[in-house]
Amino acid sequence: MKRRTFLKRSGALVVGISAARSAPLVWFGVDPAVITAQRLDGAGSNRLDSWIAIAADGSVTAYTGKCELGHGLYTAQTQLVAEELGVPFSRVTLVQCDTALTPDQGTTSGAQSHPTNFNQANLALAGATAREALMQRASEKLNAPIDQLTAVDGVIRVNADPAKAVSYGDLVGGRPFGITLNTAARRRHPREWKVLGTPVPRLEIPAIVTGEFEYVQNVRVAGMLHGRVVRPPAAGATIATVDERSVSGLPGLVKVVVRKNFVGVVAEKPWQAIQAAGKLKVSWTAGPDLPSYRDFHDRLRTQKPTRDTLLVNSEDVDQKLGAASNVVKATYLYPYQMHVSVGTACAVADVQNGKATIWSASQAVYPLKSSAAMLLGLQPDDVHVVFRMGPGCYGCNGADTVSYDAALLSQAVGRPVRVQLTRKDEMSWENYGLAFVIDQRAALAADGTIAAWDHESWSPAKGGRPGAGSPGNVVTGNLAGFEPAGVAPRSPAPAPTAFANNSNAVPAYVTGTVAGRRGGTGAIASQRVLTHNVASPFFTGPLRSPERLQNTFAHESFMDEIAARVKADPVEYRLRHLSDPRLMEVVRAAAKHAGWQSRPSPQPNLHPTGEASGRGISCVLYEGDNGYCAMVAEVAVNQDSGRVTVTRCVIANDCGPISNPDGLRNQLEGGALQGMSRALLEEVVWDDQKVTSVDWRSYRPLFLGADVPAIETVLIDQPDARATGAGETAVTVAVGAIANAIFDATGARIRQAPFTPERVKAALQLRS
Amino acid sequence: MSVLTLTVNGKSHSLDVDPSTPLLYVLSDDLQLRGPKFGCGLGQCGSCTVLVKGQAVRSCVTTAASVAGAEITTIEGLGTIAKPHPIQQAFIDEQAAQCGFCVNGVIMTAKAFLDRNPKATTPEIRQALSGVLCRCGTHIRMLRAIARYAKGVNA
Repeated sequence: MKRRTFLKRSGALVVGISAARSAPLVWFGVDPAVITAQRLDGAGSNRLDSWIAIAADGSVTAYTGKCELGHGLYTAQTQLVAEELGVPFSRVTLVQCDTALTPDQGTTSGAQSHPTNFNQANLALAGATAREALMQRASEKLNAPIDQLTAVDGVIRVNADPAKAVSYGDLVGGRPFGITLNTAARRRHPREWKVLGTPVPRLEIPAIVTGEFEYVQNVRVAGMLHGRVVRPPAAGATIATVDERSVSGLPGLVKVVVRKNFVGVVAEKPWQAIQAAGKLKVSWTAGPDLPSYRDFHDRLRTQKPTRDTLLVNSEDVDQKLGAASNVVKATYLYPYQMHVSVGTACAVADVQNGKATIWSASQAVYPLKSSAAMLLGLQPDDVHVVFRMGPGCYGCNGADTVSYDAALLSQAVGRPVRVQLTRKDEMSWENYGLAFVIDQRAALAADGTIAAWDHESWSPAKGGRPGAGSPGNVVTGNLAGFEPAGVAPRSPAPAPTAFANNSNAVPAYVTGTVAGRRGGTGAIASQRVLTHNVASPFFTGPLRSPERLQNTFAHESFMDEIAARVKADPVEYRLRHLSDPRLMEVVRAAAKHAGWQSRPSPQPNLHPTGEASGRGISCVLYEGDNGYCAMVAEVAVNQDSGRVTVTRCVIANDCGPISNPDGLRNQLEGGALQGMSRALLEEVVWDDQKVTSVDWRSYRPLFLGADVPAIETVLIDQPDARATGAGETAVTVAVGAIANAIFDATGARIRQAPFTPERVKAALQLRS
Repeated sequence: MSVLTLTVNGKSHSLDVDPSTPLLYVLSDDLQLRGPKFGCGLGQCGSCTVLVKGQAVRSCVTTAASVAGAEITTIEGLGTIAKPHPIQQAFIDEQAAQCGFCVNGVIMTAKAFLDRNPKATTPEIRQALSGVLCRCGTHIRMLRAIARYAKGVNA
């Protein structure tokens, strides 16, 4: 790269991070060759200059393809760069997720950012590579061997003669490194950390609490208009007619936009767009009725076609179940749930002259670049996506679909358009977290241990993340004519060929043996896990801990049921069936910190009425390899009203070396409360035509006035281990821990989430 | 359209807007303030909260015309990054945010309540916040931050 180009690029960055009001960045003279080198299909980049630039004054600009979602990643990545490079934290400016500037790291999701960027690869490796390259250059310049040099705060000194020194700015300032990442570069060991591993405060918080922070909702660009979409009144409805005369002459109206079943209006001001959208007469042809909400779970079992997957199969499970004198069975039901970010989804798009810029809170700027190009009929190279943080997303919320909304409307009027969804439009059409039916069976040996575990599940899916090539996976793309991903039929399931437990469908207590290799964390050798995907009437997509939360609820509830059957202590019984020492360690740590008393559940002093209290435990190795967590939940159950109050949560977590302990605690606390909200309150409801959970009264998560538990966190630092995910562990274990605590308190087993007072009362009545 | 005069954070603005426009849109778009936020447009979540004559008001369901002439304060009017208001400082000290989108409603609702009820108990503060939604589950830190601020007020 030429120096001139490099400086231009650096200059563009300053503009880019401070003011979205300025012109789009992509045309700022960025060297196209650089961009091409960075576009490695989500694999990051092997070029150091894609990740780190050092200016003449020694300031560092780093580039990441993993974005801030409210989980503290921006601050932690800034710490990482400062640590690896050996510069003060304040000297690093991080640029996140801009398809013109940052490496393509695919999607920021699945608790993959910490493992991706904080191990021997990508951003961490870039920091280490840069530091070694600087040491090498200093060695030449100072005429001293590397092992006699020390780098502190961006200055490299000769140990024996500290006056002999050279700064990073002098060594490379304003010029590219021109080297590739060195996979052997030595990273700073966690035991040497000075910046990482410390509770550096979140960089965004001062701006957030003073109202100065720019969310995507706050992006304003010159000449911007305001759009409003008109969604169908019910699932599957198609346009019959659009009567544009119904809005003609309305103040500020610029255009009515129709593309297949996509309808929107564009106006000068937001209130004008809202009024025009409300008055626009669109007649719709009704689609097929929705399946009945009442027996929805029952019907999932018989729905065809299915896509069947066997994750493990020791092929002796039926025989063991048949031979056992003691078989435990249970079925667990989980509803569709919503992301429902506190602010509705918003995006700004500027599509004119065959080029597009989209300001989006999507977790997937590079995939969005491609899928938006498909939608707009452009080439991906003509689309520039700039990440701006939105309200917490928790997965595939409305950020992608509203990016399409803004892009389609902008393309139709040839001016920048901002769209923010209504609460009802977002709730009615978002990609819900999966509903599930899960059957569990276990054969017990004479000594009370589990001899075989059989798991079978059914879950409905439609669409999902759009990825690079499926704009129809979210509602806007579908309305505009693209098909959502469906369920590719496959039955029976082929035999598994390698162990994979990304969805945590395989319980922690089995060996996970596939093709002779053991991949699981438990002791039970006889095992079968069979899953069935069927078509969903609603869009579905990843919601924080997708599938993993639902499966873990079923596994951890079932483990508790078996322990109760054999009158074993739930912690001891879990440990008896586990083999992974780190998973066992979080279980022990949570129990110890909680003051867990060893005894079987339920608690010995059961009374049929009045207030009852109890405790429950749950644990997971997230995604089978990405973060250990255990939670002890303590609840109070009002047995007259059925109301459950979670009074205390103790969470033990092991995510490898801890990058920012306060950030981790914040995630664990938030995960616990969001998990509690999902366990007790949240469920998508519908009638025969449409979703009826459309606002905060009909879908009511945990508001601030609610009773919240005391939350205590036990952070297990593992400086010699790999960094793993940490943002989705606590939410995963919360639902099962609460269900188990309800059982411990009352002797009533609740197998359907959410645990509403009605369901709790029904479970209480079933007690023998 | 008609000309309205709004007094926001001590400054007077003459604005040519449809008088039925909710205050939130005037603040966000005509005045380009980032603090008050659209969460639901139904007055159900609190994200859009501003102070009108010291009272917490949901600006998404309050017409601009109805508050013409009244003293309106947004979160920007409390303090700045360089000089945050004590309640803002308490949120910084407690690191009481995840995505932070709800923080506007939490701070403005709590401040309005504590201004009138400086000796409020923790259950009373929680009751005052019962109509504010935080989706990330930052409840405990936020309540701690508010308690820290309240303690400073009463010190």
